[in-house]
Amino acid sequence: MRYAMVIDTKKCVGCSDCVVACQTENKVPIGYCRDWITERVEGVYPNIELELKSERCNHCENAPCVRCCPTGASHIVDGGIVLVTADECIGCGACIESCPYDARYQHPDGYVDKCTFCHHRLEKGQLPACVEVCPTKCMYFGDLDNPNSEVSQLLKRRKHKTLAPEAGTKPHVYYLT
Amino acid sequence: MSTSRRKFIKISALGFSGVAAASSLGSMGINTYLDDLITDNSLAPLKQIPTYCEVCFWKCAAWAHTDQQGNIQKIIGNEVDSHCYGRLCPRGTGGVGMYSDNDRLKTPLIRKIINGETTFVETSWEEALTLISTKMASLKNAHGAESLALLKHGSPGKHFEHLFKAFGSDTIAEPAYAQCRGPRETGFGLTFGSWVGSPEPTDIRDTKCLVLIGSHIGENMHNSQVQEMSDAIDNGATIIAVDPRLSTAASKSQHWLAIKPSTDIALLLAWMHVLITEELYDKDYVAKYASGFKQLREHVQDYTPEWAYGITTIKPEEIRKTARIMAAAAPATIIHPGRHVTWYGDDTQRARAMAILNGLLGSWGRRGGFYFKEKIDIPKFPHPPYPKPKWGWEEIGENYPFAEMGITNEVIRNTIPSKDNKYPIKAWFVAGTNLNKSIPNKKLLEEAIDALDFMVVVDTMPMEVTGYADVVLPECTYLERYDALRSSPNRNPSIALRMPVAKPRFDSKPAWWMAKQIGDRLGLHNHFKYDDYKEVIAWQLEQMGTSLEEMEKIGVKNYKRKSGPLYLTQGQDYEFGTDSGKIEFYSPQLAAMGFDPIPKYIPHPEPQNGYYRLNYGRSPMHTFSRTANNPNLNDLKSENDLWVNPKVARILNLKKGQYVWLENQDGIQSTFAIRVRVTERIRWDSVYMVHGFGHDNKKLTNAHGKGISDTELVTKVAIDPLMGGTGMRGNFVKILTEEPAKTALV
Repeated sequence: MRYAMVIDTKKCVGCSDCVVACQTENKVPIGYCRDWITERVEGVYPNIELELKSERCNHCENAPCVRCCPTGASHIVDGGIVLVTADECIGCGACIESCPYDARYQHPDGYVDKCTFCHHRLEKGQLPACVEVCPTKCMYFGDLDNPNSEVSQLLKRRKHKTLAPEAGTKPHVYYLT
Repeated sequence: MSTSRRKFIKISALGFSGVAAASSLGSMGINTYLDDLITDNSLAPLKQIPTYCEVCFWKCAAWAHTDQQGNIQKIIGNEVDSHCYGRLCPRGTGGVGMYSDNDRLKTPLIRKIINGETTFVETSWEEALTLISTKMASLKNAHGAESLALLKHGSPGKHFEHLFKAFGSDTIAEPAYAQCRGPRETGFGLTFGSWVGSPEPTDIRDTKCLVLIGSHIGENMHNSQVQEMSDAIDNGATIIAVDPRLSTAASKSQHWLAIKPSTDIALLLAWMHVLITEELYDKDYVAKYASGFKQLREHVQDYTPEWAYGITTIKPEEIRKTARIMAAAAPATIIHPGRHVTWYGDDTQRARAMAILNGLLGSWGRRGGFYFKEKIDIPKFPHPPYPKPKWGWEEIGENYPFAEMGITNEVIRNTIPSKDNKYPIKAWFVAGTNLNKSIPNKKLLEEAIDALDFMVVVDTMPMEVTGYADVVLPECTYLERYDALRSSPNRNPSIALRMPVAKPRFDSKPAWWMAKQIGDRLGLHNHFKYDDYKEVIAWQLEQMGTSLEEMEKIGVKNYKRKSGPLYLTQGQDYEFGTDSGKIEFYSPQLAAMGFDPIPKYIPHPEPQNGYYRLNYGRSPMHTFSRTANNPNLNDLKSENDLWVNPKVARILNLKKGQYVWLENQDGIQSTFAIRVRVTERIRWDSVYMVHGFGHDNKKLTNAHGKGISDTELVTKVAIDPLMGGTGMRGNFVKILTEEPAKTALV
């Protein structure tokens, strides 16, 4: 089992519903977020391309945050999900520095926090809150090890990319282009 | 949200308040603390309570989730609702913030003069309601009930509309008409004999070609349309976006026609020219259902793509190519009627041109075009007939023969005393609409407010308009009340229930309660024969074969269609709602009144040197100006920014992120500053900002002074002669790099 998220940039309108849904689902304090929208514009008017997409922790297979964590608070659980054990986290910020995706933040309560792929929802057989709420249904979630899963099928069929592949982190969030 | 991660990190570093003690070494595979935390949150059963959203006016049905203490945890879409298909937009998801906002209006307020200073004083409901009813009665005695006007929007508006009609006034208007979608209703109404209405009956799900003319689906989160556009993208539909700006929808399109602003009718006429001269239009459909084709053919003869090129800056081959694509996909082609279509004062004619184009393509009443919508009528709770007013919104709008609803601007005009004012208005009741941010020409609005004998404002928030009131009534949010049942047209009829999710915070009350209390005090008991609005809903639901009990469990009930199929069947005889029963390409009604029976292109003013056209639009996380202070939505976008083309930025030496001020062609300056965003997504002749920011009421602590209000810079307004719409895209601004207030002081 290797969980992955696949996001179709052809459909994302950058509305930020994923961001609010995550905040209400995971009680992320106002002023902080576990996921966010980026906008990339290329070209000169009127020959422009715009890419909007939702970003978050990439739940890397080769996760620098886990390797550098002095207490082991950052760890990988079944399904390849990277989690932080809050009461083991000393808030040193090494993982924040090491993450090529800027995906972690320091929670006002002192520990480092980030996307969990809504681990608690997965355990109940639900999708991550962001995936479930997205009005354009541009986000897909599933098991990469299952060749018949929607995510595997989409990655087989469509052109895609990951963020900062040069970092060698083997991310589990894919973008259809 | 163009989230800056840098800003986000900076904030979190500032927020860092302590270090949790390391209790044990990491144990791979176990996350005890987080699991505990989450167990607390998620395993305790949340209660689901049905509502429909009021953060915008799409009215998506939803489930509010409360914990065991009754706190609202989250709001998610109702899976069987055709408005939302189980998914809310960011505003709906952020609806929690509407409830939790601590800046909300808390108690009734009365304007008083204390020690020579005008101020608001907190008061009891009893005193506020008695004052209002006494004042209403005395104004009625002196000037007639008609002299009291209701300006409203959304759910609270409905309850006060009932009060006003019972009281004897039909002087009712809402900015949603003459400041937003009115022109398209008249334009499509004249052509097809049917309003577009809300939600639009656009069959986007099954379309093969979606044509958006200044319609920003995705930036306006009209929920089911956004979802269906996404489905259409999956299905390989072609999107053609006509927009001077690379909107989100334009970025999803295969053909973005970067049109010169204000020239859309020229493009529409050229498209008609191509469809007709190349004989690409739906001949059978036109022959069977349309009238005036010959006149149309003659009319568009000279409107060649080459002619349009000189006006629109869109290349002739691009115009031809896109017309052919539309025709190839037809009838599964939608020329989307748009929303907020009050641009240049000839907007009804532009809407007509769009309607005619749909007619030529045969898309009205066809799969992938426009379906025949159906809604279910909610039985009227019994009450005596309304008295007949001597005059009302129709008389006030008499200069605009095709107006079909109250024109807010005409209400404003008739409030300003003058000797030839036939319909003098003395008092306003404003419910759920922040006029200061929706009505252009601030001076005129303030002049009218100044002339009023009495003004009541009902809102959940201390919006700018509340500052002008004599009495402010704090309404509770949609999450704290029963409301009228939602019944809106769709592919299938449905109803949705809104019931209280939590008790009203502070001393706020539902609008139905206020209306009833005032009604009772005015002796209109027979119009309000209930103690709780719940009784009205319960009665209505019984009539509809369900019950309040059932609806509290399911939230939404879908009904079967009774009006026939969604689309025309092959060769079906069908009578359109126009006088002729046909789709009227040539409008005898318009001709009879001296208007152009077929739309013409008329050039509009262009910016002077140093000025840029002021364009504005929506962001997906905000509705009008009403959400800017919502803590959850403010967190996503707290201010608007000024889109400037890099060429313009170079000429004016503007840097990304720099704050600037704007001054319009009439010398009106923005109250606050706006941050510059240098982007290729906009033409060099325009600037753009999202509407709804620049709040000047200090009581809106999250929103005050953030960004600027486009509305305050809209002082030149071209009025649509057909229906009174206020064209608001003909204003030009120059960019000031120094604060004008400071410069003035020197």
